[in-house]
Amino acid sequence: MITTTVVELSRLQFALTALYHFLFVPLTLGLSFLLAIMESVYVMSGRPIYKDMTRFWGKLFGINFAMGVTTGITMEFQFGTNWAYYSHYVGDVFGMPLAIEGMMAFFLESTFVGLFFFGWERLSKLQHLSITWLLALGTSLSALWILIANGWMQHPVGAEFNYETMRMELTSFSELFFNPIAQVKFVHTVAAGYVTGSMFVLGISAYYLLRNRDVAFARRSFRIAAGFGLASILSVIVLGDESGYTVGEVQKAKLAAIEAEWETEPAPASFTLIGLPDEDTMTTHYAVTVPWILGMIATRSVDDQLIGIKDILANNRERIKSGMIAYGNLQKLRANKQDGEAQTAFALHKADLGYGLLLKRYTDNVVDASPAQIDDATRHSIPKVAPMFWTFRGMVFCGVLMLFIFTAAFYFNAKRTAHKQRWLLRLAFYGMPLPWIASELGWVVAEYGRQPWTIAGILPTHLSTSSVAPEQLYLSLTGFFLFYTTLLVIELFLMLKYVRLGPSSLHTGQYHFEQLGADHV
Amino acid sequence: MFDYETLRLIWWALLVFIVCGFAVMDGFDLGIGLLLPFIGKTDEERRVLLNTIGPTWEGNQTWLVTLGGISFGAWSIVYATLFSGLYTGMLVLLFGLILRPVGFDYRSKLTNPQWRSAWDWALFAGGAVPAVVLSLAAGDLMIGLPFYIDADLRSFYTGSFWGLFQPFALLVVVVGVALLALHGAVFLHWRTEGVIAQRARAVIVFSALLFTLSFIGAGVWLAYGLDGYQLSSVVDTHGVNPLLGKTVSKAKGLWLANYGLYPLLWLAPAVAIFGAGVVVILTAKRHTGWAFVMSCLVVIAVIVTAAGSMFPFIMPSSSQPTSSLTVWDASASHYTLKMLLFATVVLMPIVMAYTTWVYRVMRGKVTVTDIKNNSHVLY
Repeated sequence: MITTTVVELSRLQFALTALYHFLFVPLTLGLSFLLAIMESVYVMSGRPIYKDMTRFWGKLFGINFAMGVTTGITMEFQFGTNWAYYSHYVGDVFGMPLAIEGMMAFFLESTFVGLFFFGWERLSKLQHLSITWLLALGTSLSALWILIANGWMQHPVGAEFNYETMRMELTSFSELFFNPIAQVKFVHTVAAGYVTGSMFVLGISAYYLLRNRDVAFARRSFRIAAGFGLASILSVIVLGDESGYTVGEVQKAKLAAIEAEWETEPAPASFTLIGLPDEDTMTTHYAVTVPWILGMIATRSVDDQLIGIKDILANNRERIKSGMIAYGNLQKLRANKQDGEAQTAFALHKADLGYGLLLKRYTDNVVDASPAQIDDATRHSIPKVAPMFWTFRGMVFCGVLMLFIFTAAFYFNAKRTAHKQRWLLRLAFYGMPLPWIASELGWVVAEYGRQPWTIAGILPTHLSTSSVAPEQLYLSLTGFFLFYTTLLVIELFLMLKYVRLGPSSLHTGQYHFEQLGADHV
Repeated sequence: MFDYETLRLIWWALLVFIVCGFAVMDGFDLGIGLLLPFIGKTDEERRVLLNTIGPTWEGNQTWLVTLGGISFGAWSIVYATLFSGLYTGMLVLLFGLILRPVGFDYRSKLTNPQWRSAWDWALFAGGAVPAVVLSLAAGDLMIGLPFYIDADLRSFYTGSFWGLFQPFALLVVVVGVALLALHGAVFLHWRTEGVIAQRARAVIVFSALLFTLSFIGAGVWLAYGLDGYQLSSVVDTHGVNPLLGKTVSKAKGLWLANYGLYPLLWLAPAVAIFGAGVVVILTAKRHTGWAFVMSCLVVIAVIVTAAGSMFPFIMPSSSQPTSSLTVWDASASHYTLKMLLFATVVLMPIVMAYTTWVYRVMRGKVTVTDIKNNSHVLY
């Protein structure tokens, strides 16, 4: 019997390791493209300052990349160590994109990252430039396959349950690949990564400009970051993944929770700007709403209806009841796969099997669950509203602030006066944490919002874990926390040291501290 | 052409191939990690060691990540049962592996000697810990792990972390560590000069001897002392087989049964036993590159020896042999195996082609002079 402690600790560990990993991934995604852009300018213009830019930002990229790899290895193994039943139940589908990610993307980036750092003297300009582009391509391809896997967790298409093997099995690779949720998530996530890289370069360049050192270097870096950042933040917002919330039941529940949309409104639904969602009474206090907007954002139309929480729960209740029948017939089929009657009944109800499994948290005897247990399972069949409501608004708020920063940076840069706008430089510098806050909040919206499922509508979280003892989890959780935090402190220390040094760390003799002649380096 | 039986066989072979790829490619990185304090006596010497593999180790490690992905996709229940069963061992392995990316990149970014020395120990652990844990796990896999699978196909591991330290598994640790030290030293001998190459030669002789003796010892133990496993019911190799629907016999010497059926398999242990000696001879004659090729062959031969004796078992259960995971009942579905095979057949040759190119670009010896001249660029 899986205890709640094991489930909660496993979730906490996954969240901890994933959120740590996601401190580094977005910067890798964005910075690799910025490096490729800078080096392209170098190769086209032949001006060495762009090579110095590639190398200096590349140093910072390297410090960050090492942590991304370090925390990434954990993720590849953690499904097996901590989510063994999940791995068995959906590995036939979910494992494939991970395997392809390894072969198509991770090999690419990790083979060429070494050449990026050590190949400057051994490769021609054009060869090295190609390496940098391949590195950037590798990081984004990696995100593509991971998000195909993740998209399937949110909206499982192209697969079917097989009662003989007791698992989900892939039926269509193209449906898995072209899953609309995966596509939307991919664009949203990599664009958010590009924003992170741009904000990083913009903020640090602003710091040099505020200190009035290495100005030529900083202005050029600032310019590239402003342009790339504006394009990226627009993609994140315009192609935001809200449009992905209309496909699939669990995605709809997520959207309803984000918007605290208790009732189904006539289309197009209004958008709750802010308010205090109250889970018990199923109302939102002090709500400030804007008519029509939500419906139009989410459905891209004025007459498609968005379903509210109360109706979602009523619907889930029916599916749970149908799932009980599916579960009962599955047991019969497991005992005797020739049982024709059970086959027919199972085929009829198997789409709801996952909903039946929700009851496993409350009773071992799913078939005879009491009305109270069904009530419990229904109530917990969607995520809590308040955390979704607030994390989403936090993410959007960060996004809007960054849109302002990049627009201003782009505008004043076009007027060639950005380096004189001290308010803008300060804003860019102090705004540096914004993309990280937005990314982590976005992770919470997407993954906490999927609860109580690991695979939406198919496999509940509380069934997904390994059969491990709580002591093992306390040990690993503590271990990860201490280990990761120590490494993060070291990483930040190194990063700050190299940021302060700036391009002087390249030892070309051209830059600030070297010009001072002091032994700063 | 791609019937279920053939696909399962291909995927078993690919699993062995990826394990070999990892052991060959990351094997010398791990070996160099564990030799770091013994061969690199000064800061500059240690930097020479690190920079022989600095530009390429990361790609090599990807074989392990791919092994994770491939076993997840093609052998899901093996991935689930093995990784969750060896929970604490996996944690130790991870903490070892985790030290390497940061260790390589951060070590030489500051000149402070304490900083560098701390990272040197971290990099040593990053080589030694995975070498020990992975060899230990390989030994325990051959003994069989204590686990069972219930009717819902949920796996339960009934052993403990300390239970992994069994005599046979410890002997396999000696085999594995000696082999990786040999492999690492051969690579160093090829890619360095002077005093470092000289020390590497001493390690080659010693580790080749230790490896050969312990490998023979493990082989004799396998033949006469260790319980092997064999399927004792008829299995439909083309069909969907319920995991718990087979019977398995367990007795001494059964791990040699395949060698009786397919005598060609003897080639693998033969290459392993004589190969290390050939490596020593090639090293003495200064054919450093060929010595490395031979050392790669020895690594492959050791893995094929073990995998060949276990086939069709991937993960035998010592406590409830019926729950053992085999090629015929632990694979992914027919369709998934087929689709993943297409992807692998297209992608892996490309990976190997550009890896070869990168090694060509970075070829040549690394010297103390290089380190001094490029102090701010190199690891």
